[in-house]
Amino acid sequence: MPRPMTITEKILAAHAGLDEVVPGQLVNCRLDLVLANDVTAPIAIKEFRKIGVERVWDPERIALVPDHYTPNKDIKSAEQAKMVREFAREQDITHYYEIGCMGVEHALLPEQGVVVPGDVIIGADSHTCTYGALGAFATGVGSTDAAVGMATGEAWFKVPASLKFVVEGELAPWVSAKDVILHVIGMIGVDGALYQAMEFTGSTISALDMDGRMTICNMAIEAGGKSGIIAVDDTTREYVRGRAEREWVEYASDPDAEYARVFEIDAAAIEPTVAFPHLPSNTRPVREARDVRVDQVVIGSCTNGRLADLRVAAEILRGRKVHRDVRLIVIPATQQIYRDAMHEGLIDVFLDAGAAVSTPTCGPCLGGHMGILAAGERALATTNRNFVGRMGDPTSEVYLASPAVAAATAVAGHIALPEDLG
Amino acid sequence: MRFEGTAHRYGRDIDTDVIIPARYLNTSDPDELAAHCLEDLDSEFVSKVQPGDILVAEENFGCGSSREHAPIAIKHAGVAAVVAKSFARIFYRNAINTGLPIFESPEAVDGIRSGDRVAIDADAGVITNLTTGESWNAQPFPPFIREIIERGGLVAYAREKVSRR
Repeated sequence: MPRPMTITEKILAAHAGLDEVVPGQLVNCRLDLVLANDVTAPIAIKEFRKIGVERVWDPERIALVPDHYTPNKDIKSAEQAKMVREFAREQDITHYYEIGCMGVEHALLPEQGVVVPGDVIIGADSHTCTYGALGAFATGVGSTDAAVGMATGEAWFKVPASLKFVVEGELAPWVSAKDVILHVIGMIGVDGALYQAMEFTGSTISALDMDGRMTICNMAIEAGGKSGIIAVDDTTREYVRGRAEREWVEYASDPDAEYARVFEIDAAAIEPTVAFPHLPSNTRPVREARDVRVDQVVIGSCTNGRLADLRVAAEILRGRKVHRDVRLIVIPATQQIYRDAMHEGLIDVFLDAGAAVSTPTCGPCLGGHMGILAAGERALATTNRNFVGRMGDPTSEVYLASPAVAAATAVAGHIALPEDLG
Repeated sequence: MRFEGTAHRYGRDIDTDVIIPARYLNTSDPDELAAHCLEDLDSEFVSKVQPGDILVAEENFGCGSSREHAPIAIKHAGVAAVVAKSFARIFYRNAINTGLPIFESPEAVDGIRSGDRVAIDADAGVITNLTTGESWNAQPFPPFIREIIERGGLVAYAREKVSRR
């Protein structure tokens, strides 16, 4: 009998061809997917050329998503995107997404069934940990790791110890997955899960839809985590059925698996939360932040640009106007989300409110384009990072919160709760 | 390998957005990236740093994005090595993969101030503050990592691996 293992240990063991693994062990794993974007792929392609192979290991297991500076914002970014496009053509990469099909990578790949439960995935983007929401082991790496993964279909890992977050109970109205993960990061800090896997479980997590689960796993990296993961259940199966392009494998933690630490969280104690500049761990209750006026609100990104997020924002914005001192930018994360939002009438709600609605792009989240801040300006965003200069000028500020708080803030002109709107 | 240079010391959670702001990520040219290294944290860093200097920081150095542009910018700005209390994990991998020497030693970081002359004996894993005369042992790399570094980084390691197939 192998030792009792966590879901993360089981997935890594299976991909390393081992019966069991222990935290700290170095293992070489078979990869199911390697991902890169228009910022990280150019360096990966340059490194790939040095390895001495002509072809990638499997053109169906590489995803290239030009989403960060696209549609190209300037000549330099156009050159980067061109390099990725030409490589994709040369290597017959199946999962290359041109403008018009492209979406924010971590919303797009699960939606298209390209990532499935039980996978081991590396992505040259730190938010690759999002796919843990499907019961996969997924972690962000740099371009060189991605290049070697593209050439060999393998990567080495140090098996992480796991932290278990048990969230029990019902979330209060307007409290969302974003508030849960901001609460966790505020509790353990930006290096609270350094080198470790974050496993989320409990009745609150089970009750979340896939969009919410992806929001939670997406921000594991903001606590320094190597990965975030939620075991497969009926909600996961319902999501992947019909879209998965491969067979999937379900893993679950053994009841007596070992954790470095277990955190028990009462969902009722979580309230709408905002992370103040300049760290995602710098969290406070929204009710204590009402005096913060903002110049811009961004609803979108790989964290909160999915349909469920847009629905919540539209529910609050319906029949209301964006404050005259605020610019509201709404960015559906994929073309499918954009289309669904249009069919549900959400885009009309945003336009009626006075929001700018953009084609999918990472855009302002990383200070790329589509909403850069001037000196001293403040934004509240549903994105994932609020580091110095993240969305523009080094003296600008970013506050992180849920789509509900973002929509309320856009109307109020200062950080606000939906119930403040009256 | 031995390094000797002037220390430039910073605080904790130095993130990849301040190491190389995203507004410069529309290029992957190492010299262009190096010209903006750490500019949102210390706009004078690039003019102060001399080839061979040593970057010193507290916990969680390199947190945030997976951009390999960060270790590339540091290396091409002339920095010979980074000593920190701890490193964020993606940065840790990226530094090894791109051949930027990094050392974990909370004690050394506490004993070094900006402007001190610092020597690092990478083989012995010893960090010495030449200004104060104190020295410390750094955490040694696990053997597997040392193997990657000795072969000249991950690409060289992979090249050898695919040529054996």
